[in-house]
Amino acid sequence: MTGIVAHGAYVPTTRLPLALIQGRKAKDDGPEKAVAYGDEDAVTMAVAAALDALRGFERARVDAVYFASTSYELREKQGAAVVARALDLRPDVLTSDFAGSLRAGTAALEAALHAVKAGGARLVLVVASDCRMGAPRGALEAKFGDGAAAFLVGEDDVIARFLGSAARADEIQDQWRIDGERFTHTWEDRFVVEEGVVPNLVAVLRALCEKLDAKPGDFSRAAIYAHDARSQQGVAKAAGILRERLVDPLIGRLGNTGAAYAPMLLVAALEQARPGERIVCASYGDGAHALAFETTAALEKLEPRLGVAGHLARRRALPSYDSYLRSRSLDPKEWERGGDLGLSATVRFRERDADIGFIGARCTQCGQIHLPRPRVCIRCRAKDQFEPARLSDRRGRVLSYTFDYFFPAPDPPTIVVMTEVEGCRVQVQLANARPDEVRLDMPVEYVFRKIHEAGGKANYFWKASPLAEGAPA
Amino acid sequence: MNPDALRDKVSVIGVGCCQFGENWDKSREDMIVDAVYEAYTDAGIEDPQHQIEAIFAGAVYPREGSGEVADSLRLYGKPITMLMDYCQTGTDAFRCGVFAVASGLYDTVLVLGFDKPKDRGVSGPSVAFDRVRGLPATPAGWFSLCAARYFETFGAGREDLAKIAVKNHHNGTLAPKSMLKREITIEDALSARIISWPFGLYDCAAQSDGAAAAIITRTDLARRVRKDPVLVKAVSVATAPHPQRDPDFDFLAWKPTLYAAEDAYRQAGITEPFRQLDVVQLHDCFTLTELLTYEDLGLCKKGEAKDHVASGTFELGGELPVNTDGGLKTFGHPTGATGVRMIYENVLQLRGQAGPRQVKNATLALSHNIGGAPQTCGIAILGMP
Repeated sequence: MTGIVAHGAYVPTTRLPLALIQGRKAKDDGPEKAVAYGDEDAVTMAVAAALDALRGFERARVDAVYFASTSYELREKQGAAVVARALDLRPDVLTSDFAGSLRAGTAALEAALHAVKAGGARLVLVVASDCRMGAPRGALEAKFGDGAAAFLVGEDDVIARFLGSAARADEIQDQWRIDGERFTHTWEDRFVVEEGVVPNLVAVLRALCEKLDAKPGDFSRAAIYAHDARSQQGVAKAAGILRERLVDPLIGRLGNTGAAYAPMLLVAALEQARPGERIVCASYGDGAHALAFETTAALEKLEPRLGVAGHLARRRALPSYDSYLRSRSLDPKEWERGGDLGLSATVRFRERDADIGFIGARCTQCGQIHLPRPRVCIRCRAKDQFEPARLSDRRGRVLSYTFDYFFPAPDPPTIVVMTEVEGCRVQVQLANARPDEVRLDMPVEYVFRKIHEAGGKANYFWKASPLAEGAPA
Repeated sequence: MNPDALRDKVSVIGVGCCQFGENWDKSREDMIVDAVYEAYTDAGIEDPQHQIEAIFAGAVYPREGSGEVADSLRLYGKPITMLMDYCQTGTDAFRCGVFAVASGLYDTVLVLGFDKPKDRGVSGPSVAFDRVRGLPATPAGWFSLCAARYFETFGAGREDLAKIAVKNHHNGTLAPKSMLKREITIEDALSARIISWPFGLYDCAAQSDGAAAAIITRTDLARRVRKDPVLVKAVSVATAPHPQRDPDFDFLAWKPTLYAAEDAYRQAGITEPFRQLDVVQLHDCFTLTELLTYEDLGLCKKGEAKDHVASGTFELGGELPVNTDGGLKTFGHPTGATGVRMIYENVLQLRGQAGPRQVKNATLALSHNIGGAPQTCGIAILGMP
């Protein structure tokens, strides 16, 4: 049986109350969107969602990583390779990027299902992550949100069996982004809805039912891409899907997360589903794509994950629209942040285990763990007697801290913490916290983040983050 | 190691120091010449090309070799050693000069420290973006990491730091060549903008341009030059693990100082530093560094520094005046020059030439630098016969 074995998601903690865009005051429960803060992007969110999906799984089992995004910033240089290194996957893992369309997320999922079914891989990690930008105060800015979904696809302990899929290619220039531009552009909204979104999604849903010899009413949950709430309901009606079976598109809470959107709604559906349910997931972009699943008894055995619901519950509203602009480097600056050439490619190459993987070195003679890996042990002075010790999935403790107002940051201060993890000292920045929330000895977990953009590229390392209460172990 | 090998063999016969500050209109050459020619005069050097046999120079910022020093001073055909070891660069240049004389190879050697950070177009240290680990990498951030733990353990706070800033601002007003000559209040210090908690603006050293020089010779030759040569009792440098990666670092004491002080006291034969020392220049890159260093140098017990700050032990007129010229805080901190500037101040104090900031009957003086994250410390102890 081929299907989804595990799921996970990530929604950035930071939210932009939509009222702030218009210069109005934010209300407590007013509409908002999830925002990848200055230290997050499609890659860091993908890593976070993948870690959520990998809870309870041995990482060495992953044979392939498919990374889908329309907003990963490099045109030549794979995102999946960064994700694989950050996750400390096997070096022989097959990595591949899916891009260029809002359908990239479901396309990656389908490709993974086929790879497993064909016997080319036993366990594939699929991550869809998007951090699209609408022009400041433009129509798209309020619609777009940032987030990521992740799935493990395999044959054993399947929680959602793959029933089949239908696809539809359509050539329509309704939304696009040209190379080198930061902002997505759109044609007139009614054209997009009437000629693009609705007819393609309706057609692909009908085609899916025909292929599976199923009725729309057979699906208890429908995770359907929502250009907006109204058009999503229009699609459902035309396709014969009852409105109450639509998965909440989270408009005003999450926003449209692009290539990750339909996959995230599928995760949300799986979070609520019980065994024996049929679920349809449909994405839109240059046509449409629909996949059908049936949940199994194994669904109830999957250990809890933060997922869409858990991440949505952790939120922190930006105080101002300016703060949002600074976090996205959309504010004019007297001096550009970061240096010219950025990191030395050779240094980055040598230190990728420590910097991207957050992998320390355990002395096999005395057990002392170091980060980065030294040649001689600080404790027992044994030379070259080390084995890798992954620290990214360990929890740390804050030994000391400072608030650095001098280091360039969108919203100073940068919180710096000395942490101890497995007896190893690591100085890192603290994410997801305000200075008044920092305490000596507070427990932290580690999150993969963008540290700066020196050299015009995202440069990644890990940060500490306060251990969320009630977080799955 | 023979701790008695060096003691009293080398003497300082001349010191010089240029005006410290944001010397927009002065080059490194200007400052080097100002400091060194003052030292020549002080030492009675009339023909430096023949009397100075070797030069030991320290600077952190320039990426130039010895040629700059040679061309500035027009001293050619002799060895010039260029050193860099962060904030203890100047003390290390002095140490190496002392070794060169003590070895008997040279009779008279020039020690020079200089730096000109204010040509970089930025306030404060540079910000690194050539790596991702260990950022932010700002000195204020490094040295403040002790604060939270130290404060909680010993009940100290920003008010104790403010008192140190007030003291050093006062002392700076009494030193003609200091950068800042302005008294501040506790309230000024506490309400200043935060640089890196708990450090406000007044908790941070004044980064400045500057140069300082010392001329040293064999003690048996020194008395031919002047009747009050200052003897070198100890020079010591020690390193410790990077505090951010040291699994045993306790955030309560800086290990480099503990190591260097133990060695320096042994060389100088000092067993009760608080009682035996008359004046101390220590590395107040930040007020908290001064607070911890009182203890790390053994001037008081661990955890008791704040009580001594409250009672004025280390003020001018106190039992053991510290940073009599305003320290890094107000005299200024041209990194490579600072260690030599401290030698300059201690020589003036020991000779009784420190004017309104003179410590009475000073016969034993210590200077101290701590550098890097910090991993390194340099200490020099000077004394009168």
